[in-house]
Amino acid sequence: MSAPRDPNRALPPRLGDALAREHAAGRIDRRDFMRLASLLAGGALLSGCDARGPSSVRSLIVSVGRGNERIERWLYRPGSRDHGAPGSRVAGDGFPSYFISRTVPMWDASARGEWRLTVDGAVRRPLSLTLAELQRMARVRQRVNHYCVEGWNATAIFSGVPVATLAELAGLTPSAAYVDFRSFDAGYHESWDLDSALHAQTLIVVGKEDRPLPPAYGAPARVHSPVKLGYKNTKYLTHVTFMPERNGGYWSDRGYEWYGGT
Amino acid sequence: MSHAEPTDHAAPRHPVVVRLTHWTSAVAITVMAASGLRIFNAHPSFARPGDPPFPLWPFEGTPIAAKLTLGGWLGGARHWHFAMMWLLVGNALVYLAHLARHGRWRTLVPLRGDWRDGIAMARFYLRLTDAHPHQAKHNALQKQAYTAMLVVGALLVCTGLAIWKPVTLGWLTALFGGYTWARWWHFASMLALGVLVLGHVVMVFAVDPYALRAMTTGGYDEARWSPVARNARPFQRWLPRRVAMAPAMALATPLVHATAASSPEVSHTASASSTSSQASTSSQSSTSSPEKP
Repeated sequence: MSAPRDPNRALPPRLGDALAREHAAGRIDRRDFMRLASLLAGGALLSGCDARGPSSVRSLIVSVGRGNERIERWLYRPGSRDHGAPGSRVAGDGFPSYFISRTVPMWDASARGEWRLTVDGAVRRPLSLTLAELQRMARVRQRVNHYCVEGWNATAIFSGVPVATLAELAGLTPSAAYVDFRSFDAGYHESWDLDSALHAQTLIVVGKEDRPLPPAYGAPARVHSPVKLGYKNTKYLTHVTFMPERNGGYWSDRGYEWYGGT
Repeated sequence: MSHAEPTDHAAPRHPVVVRLTHWTSAVAITVMAASGLRIFNAHPSFARPGDPPFPLWPFEGTPIAAKLTLGGWLGGARHWHFAMMWLLVGNALVYLAHLARHGRWRTLVPLRGDWRDGIAMARFYLRLTDAHPHQAKHNALQKQAYTAMLVVGALLVCTGLAIWKPVTLGWLTALFGGYTWARWWHFASMLALGVLVLGHVVMVFAVDPYALRAMTTGGYDEARWSPVARNARPFQRWLPRRVAMAPAMALATPLVHATAASSPEVSHTASASSTSSQASTSSQSSTSSPEKP
């Protein structure tokens, strides 16, 4: 904790000095001095306080968060699996839809050419895949939960290609430690640690409930994994870029935890 | 407070570890609750999208007033929550280690006979009996409440882990009935802890305000200040004795007579019960301080 051991040091200088003078002059005893000092120190701590909490503590909190990430990465198990509970309802069209553009992002093939998924960065053989190619490769179909940072979860049936399969096809170089998933939704992207990206349930999703992925849910392709919170799962995907360093992300840069693991 | 000075030389009522961990957990629990309520407000409901509402009246679908929350927004509240959890758990482990050493948990955990003593305490608080039952450091109701806090606290930590890592710790989440129910349990146990803490704070001010000093500096004059010595009941001075007693007496007069005949502790100080909370008779304090022979 960065809280000062001597409460007097956290005081506004003039108040602290005045209090120390009173103490030295013997006008207040040690006990009263400590009482007043801690009272004033508490006030000083809270004076930088708004609804987000005291500003002096906020940076400490964020650095603890970075420590949390190390613990979360240590806790992570590649073998852990999520299953939509057998009795639970598949959300279907009740699955909340989310994008940052004003309207549903749609790939305009007449202006931008055919949509392709680019796999590049720290790879030996960069890939450029059409939707038809991805659909042919989509061998995994899973009934999984989606965990939103807000606290709700919903079950969906996603089908697609594991990111691990694409990584194998492209051939990662030893410097690949992170992956960035980039979209055509107003620059939305999120970078991941390689371990989570290579989890068997991390898919490039092209189908939802056995139909082509609808535009409201990230068509033509999106990332989905139960091992990451919703905001890490980039929709409207265009690029999968393996990298030696992380490069943040849309929500990670706006204050949510970068790791966002479940 | 000048008359209180001599007690500072006596052994502290609570060891310094207990006093430190007590106030640390007070801060940690407050921050955890306030930031947790802000997290809840991001989706103030337990039902999954499209499912019927969950039974947690009146919280299902109702956001918590912003003034009671900490963090400002979901992301900020999560940082507070996930930082403070280490202080909460670390502090709790220090305290539990202290309890485990030298069998100190015996002063806290209800043992055989504490259910009966708890009923005797409740009867005293409800003005069905006149004299404070005997007790060691804590009375039976305190032991039950403090132990319940530890149990509920452990439940909060486990359900918290279950919703923090529903895939990595999927077995734990499944233990609570899945993510949605684990979140419900987390919230419900927070409410339970809130009720226990509220009851604790009210009882400190209503029955044993000297405990505030005992829990801060350790100073406590058992013979003069303990609730047993003062025969202290909650809201003693707020309620005229006859008014408070009337409904209870009407209901339980036969019961009181039955227990008065069989229980010596009810009869021996019956006359002292009508004195004010400041009263301290020597006969009471000598019988009520088993820790000070």
